[in-house]
Amino acid sequence: MQKQTPLYDNHAALGARMAPFAGWDMPIQYAGILAEHEHTRTRASLFDTCHMGEFEISGPGAEADLDRLLTQNVATIKMNQCRYGFLLKEDGGVIDDLTCYRLGPDRFFLVVNAGTLAADAEWIQSHLSPDTTFSDMSPTMAKLDVQGPDSRAETEKALGRSLPDLKFFYCAEWEIDGIPCLISRTGYTGEWGYEFYFPAEAAARIWEKLLAPGAIKPAGLGARDTLRLEVGYPLYGHELGPDRTPVAAVNGLFMDTNKDFIGRAAVLRDLEEGVPEKLTALRLETKRAARAGDTVIHGDEPVGAVTSGSLAPSLNVAVALAYVRSDLSEPGQKLEVETRGKRLPAEITELPFYKDGTARRKPKP
Amino acid sequence: MNVPKDLRYTKTHEWVRQEEDVLVVGITDFAQSQLSDLTYVELPSTGDKVEAGDELAVLESVKAASDVYAPVRGTIVEVNDQLTDSPELINTDPFGDGWMFKLEPENPSDVEGLLDSDQYEESIPEE
Repeated sequence: MQKQTPLYDNHAALGARMAPFAGWDMPIQYAGILAEHEHTRTRASLFDTCHMGEFEISGPGAEADLDRLLTQNVATIKMNQCRYGFLLKEDGGVIDDLTCYRLGPDRFFLVVNAGTLAADAEWIQSHLSPDTTFSDMSPTMAKLDVQGPDSRAETEKALGRSLPDLKFFYCAEWEIDGIPCLISRTGYTGEWGYEFYFPAEAAARIWEKLLAPGAIKPAGLGARDTLRLEVGYPLYGHELGPDRTPVAAVNGLFMDTNKDFIGRAAVLRDLEEGVPEKLTALRLETKRAARAGDTVIHGDEPVGAVTSGSLAPSLNVAVALAYVRSDLSEPGQKLEVETRGKRLPAEITELPFYKDGTARRKPKP
Repeated sequence: MNVPKDLRYTKTHEWVRQEEDVLVVGITDFAQSQLSDLTYVELPSTGDKVEAGDELAVLESVKAASDVYAPVRGTIVEVNDQLTDSPELINTDPFGDGWMFKLEPENPSDVEGLLDSDQYEESIPEE
């Protein structure tokens, strides 16, 4: 039995196509993945991301505990700032990728993947000092993402009030119609947008309010995946997992090796000695896509594997992320991908595939 | 779900229309709606000789790829090249402009062995 988000009836009413994802029955598409992708790149879309997990961690030792657990520097996260990084095992394998928000001197908020939530909670709790409080907010918390260049204007119209000015990866404790709400300027699409966290019982009301004027349209996990692939964001279970450190995927990004954290020794080893395979961005020649699990070939030799692949709707050509033998992982390298018995030519390029994303634009005056 | 009465069908969701000596083949409305937005079509070549059940074409949507099978034994005599640039024709008009290829059957009577519209309709899972 798959879990349902508080918006299950809304999705049914919109005729969404539902499918299981990480134990949840989630909307994959409404109007269609291509239309939803385009609407997010050019206007604004609303995503139900209630499946994701949220933890609140507080207490006098919370900052030091999190600095030891997470690869990102937690001590230097400013009030109302958020920072992306990883939760690693001792051997450097990735337990999860997550975003850490500072909501107070001793109060933090972690946003984690649905599929890894239980393992994250167990690992984190077993590494906290006795006076640090851990609270899994997920069962009672809704999360909605508004993403797209018109996110701010259209959200303000729909809610009838101004949104706080937020820099990229900053948040504010706010309210919508008296409902307490955490809002951050973050997302998973490469576009300007917001993530809203608030009590689950308000989910349907806020969802309906955001969609009512008609400019913001619902988008499903299908478009969420093509949008994140075009900007090269990793997806846990595809580009990240327990079998290697994040170094092969992100080089040294999102990891502060000047502080101690669990898995640091393995990360330093991979940074210093190099890794056998690196995550590469493959651009194919046609709209025929390579898919996760397909073999990457150089000459007649298998040299890697695709972790994510599909048509990049904004580029009108297929793209893929693939782990490839490090000596063949430089941009410009020509390779082939074998998919369903056919070899497709591919060339390593630079990320992001899609370069016109609005996520980092300066706030409008 | 649109299942035209005058066509023949396969269990693998191809439709077949008899046009004089040639069979026009495409995928059904049900199949296109299951696949959703088509993004790429690989067609067979004119002159290809095929057996019933051969994988003849590949359809890709954003999420997955799937095969299209030859409904009967025969020879490909024409393919719908428009689909190369406009695979969405299969979504918008599966029984019309979204046709995929024309096949000259080796045994014209083979088409009698395909499903009729009632039988096909029964084979579609209820939504």
